[in-house]
Amino acid sequence: MNNKLSLLYRKDGTQKFLSSLIAILLGMVFGSILIAIVGLNDSDIGGKGVFDGIKLVFLGLFSTGMKDGSLTFGFNPSLFGDMLFRATPLIMTGLSVAVSQKTGLFNIGAPGQYLMGTTVSLMIALSIPASSVPPVVIWLLAFLGGILAGALWGAIPGLLKAFLNINEVLACIMTNWISAILTTWLFDVSRFSVFRGPATSAMGDPIVLNGSFKNLIESTKSAYVYMTNYNNVATAKLGLDKLFPGSQVNGGILVAILLAVVVYIVINKTTFGYQLKACGANRHAARYAGIQDKRNIVFSMAIAGGLAGAGASLYWLSGNTEFAWQTYQSLPAVGFNGIPVALLAINNPIGVIFSGVFMAMLNIIGTRLKALTAYNEYITDVIIAAIVYLSAFALVIRMWLGGRKKKKEAAPKPAEPAPVQPAAEKPVETSDPAVSEEQKGGAQA
Amino acid sequence: MSFLIQQTLLYSIPLMIVALAGVFSERSGVINLALEGIMIMGAFVGVVAVRAFQGMQFFIDAEANGSWMTLQLTGLAVMLIAAFAGAVFSLLLSYSAISLRADQTIGGTALNLLAPAISLFLISLIAKQTTLNLEGGLNSADLFMLKRSTLGIEPTEKLNFFTETFVVKNYPATYICILVFVIMAIILYKTRFGLRLRSCGENPQAAASLGINVFKMRYAGVTISGALAGMGGFVYAMTTQNCSANGDVAGFGFLALAVMIFGNWKPLNIAFASLLFGLLKCIAVSFSTLDINGDGIYLLKDKIHVSSYLYMMLPYLITLIVLSLTSKNSRAPKAEGIPYDKGMR
Repeated sequence: MNNKLSLLYRKDGTQKFLSSLIAILLGMVFGSILIAIVGLNDSDIGGKGVFDGIKLVFLGLFSTGMKDGSLTFGFNPSLFGDMLFRATPLIMTGLSVAVSQKTGLFNIGAPGQYLMGTTVSLMIALSIPASSVPPVVIWLLAFLGGILAGALWGAIPGLLKAFLNINEVLACIMTNWISAILTTWLFDVSRFSVFRGPATSAMGDPIVLNGSFKNLIESTKSAYVYMTNYNNVATAKLGLDKLFPGSQVNGGILVAILLAVVVYIVINKTTFGYQLKACGANRHAARYAGIQDKRNIVFSMAIAGGLAGAGASLYWLSGNTEFAWQTYQSLPAVGFNGIPVALLAINNPIGVIFSGVFMAMLNIIGTRLKALTAYNEYITDVIIAAIVYLSAFALVIRMWLGGRKKKKEAAPKPAEPAPVQPAAEKPVETSDPAVSEEQKGGAQA
Repeated sequence: MSFLIQQTLLYSIPLMIVALAGVFSERSGVINLALEGIMIMGAFVGVVAVRAFQGMQFFIDAEANGSWMTLQLTGLAVMLIAAFAGAVFSLLLSYSAISLRADQTIGGTALNLLAPAISLFLISLIAKQTTLNLEGGLNSADLFMLKRSTLGIEPTEKLNFFTETFVVKNYPATYICILVFVIMAIILYKTRFGLRLRSCGENPQAAASLGINVFKMRYAGVTISGALAGMGGFVYAMTTQNCSANGDVAGFGFLALAVMIFGNWKPLNIAFASLLFGLLKCIAVSFSTLDINGDGIYLLKDKIHVSSYLYMMLPYLITLIVLSLTSKNSRAPKAEGIPYDKGMR
């Protein structure tokens, strides 16, 4: 038994997993420290506020509200559903970053690819009248359009990298901002032919969209694009709304999980995947072995872009999300958060599912903090940033884990399993609920 | 015309100084993607510092008496505070990139995520909203801008072109930044320290063999970079955002990165590149009200029917094109992005 444990501990995968857990734990501790520092210096918050804040950071997913001034905890299906809903685009952008990493490319362009996917899929979803084409077909067309747009956008830095050897990070940064401005431009000037949507307003009349993607029907909403359910286009719920009543969850999460599995199979079980990885490991050696490195680099970036675009489609086609089209001054955080998602999963597509859900959980925790305490949702962004920073030297943590092991080997044998227990158990306490619950959710669905 | 030049300067100067910040870091061998984050940090700390000064008696007196010299000196002090904040913040990057030899791109990205998160977290706690303004609804112009009244010029007096353009309605911070830019460029190119720093970005092993401490030099490069970017962030917030902080500098840090690439990592080229990009930014922002020769015709809006979005996009497009055209003979530092390893000699 001890022998098995130590074997497991020594495995590369385990050490990677542990280093991610350590990064998560340290990130959350850092967030808690910040909460404590701020709270103790602010007389409005005080010791109890600090305690509540820290409790929420770790257990926010199970928060059910506030009763008589103290937090109550329990299973909250709407939070779980929202978590799965928000996890959908995160899993996709995480996959996007992970796939490009396999080819040795750092896809910081996911925000841009995500935006292009958003633009194209929203435009398709809103401009084909649901009165003449079945909504399911429109949904599929919009989904594929989003993927294609993302793929094309991702291919640009890929082409520049493959043929002109331009650093993909720089090219991605430029294309990100170009897409941010392009999105605003397109939504600002585009018109589609006026049609009578089959969706009905609260008054029972058919809604006549006014030929602009901007929501000009409802006052104060002109900064947003119409929700796709104005055109009766919405992702099927597939019964998940029954499972998690009161939440936004829909079938998109299942599509995301399915895509993650597909990516896993392609990367690990096919020749094409092997070629991608070979180019990542050593581009020149791969070429020497007869692999077309340039083609694979372009493909890798295009796939990455397509995945990010798919994430955008899944999120915005849900029917109940409103896209603020004035993006020219900022990039979507979901795109950048694909980086920590992939980092935490050590670029393993299956791991991305869990780290994506974890990131979404942090997101939900943020909303709970804002709703129930004096703190605000940005603390979870701090935690995410801290995790990214720590993942940057995950290698050091791994070396530290490995190094400790070696020292123990030199020591007398009976002492061996001792360090395993605390290291393996501590992180599990905090993050396991999310993971195991997610598994349950997936299994039930 | 005066308006156009003034506005262009407002946008160019932060770009120029932050692009030079990028040069210092990259020349020492560390890719600094965190320019955006450091700018956000500098802007946030700067605005907090101005608010702190607003509570002090000497500042209140100076404001009441209109003693603009005191106000300007305070502005300068805040610039130094912002620079210090940027330098401290950039230590996070240097620690991970230099001491721990971690991936510099990921480290920079982490800082870019961290800066808006921390500043928005604190701004929301201080201001109960996402924008931190000056106390008492004051404008940045009230405190730090040179006005006719501060210089004792009558409102109706006709001014010559030079005064009209470069003195009235200008921020002295602009000229301080230009001065800093020149000094730092000379340090980078004409001093022993600068040569050593640059050598660490080209061939750190060779530099080390000549007795240069590569770690120290890279720390110096990134820290100077952080200081300049932090200062640039505050100057940006002061001159174009009315001295407010909202955890965002609208991609200026990345634009500065583009300026640096477009300027081929050389200060003089960067100065021109930032003027060009600043002009484009200025055109994009004041597109519909830009009256270049003062004849009441809005040339860009009414005569040249090109969307303002194109002008916004151009800097990034130009950079991409320049990157593709010059990829063969780019002057990018050779060792940038590669952690220094003594054993690689």
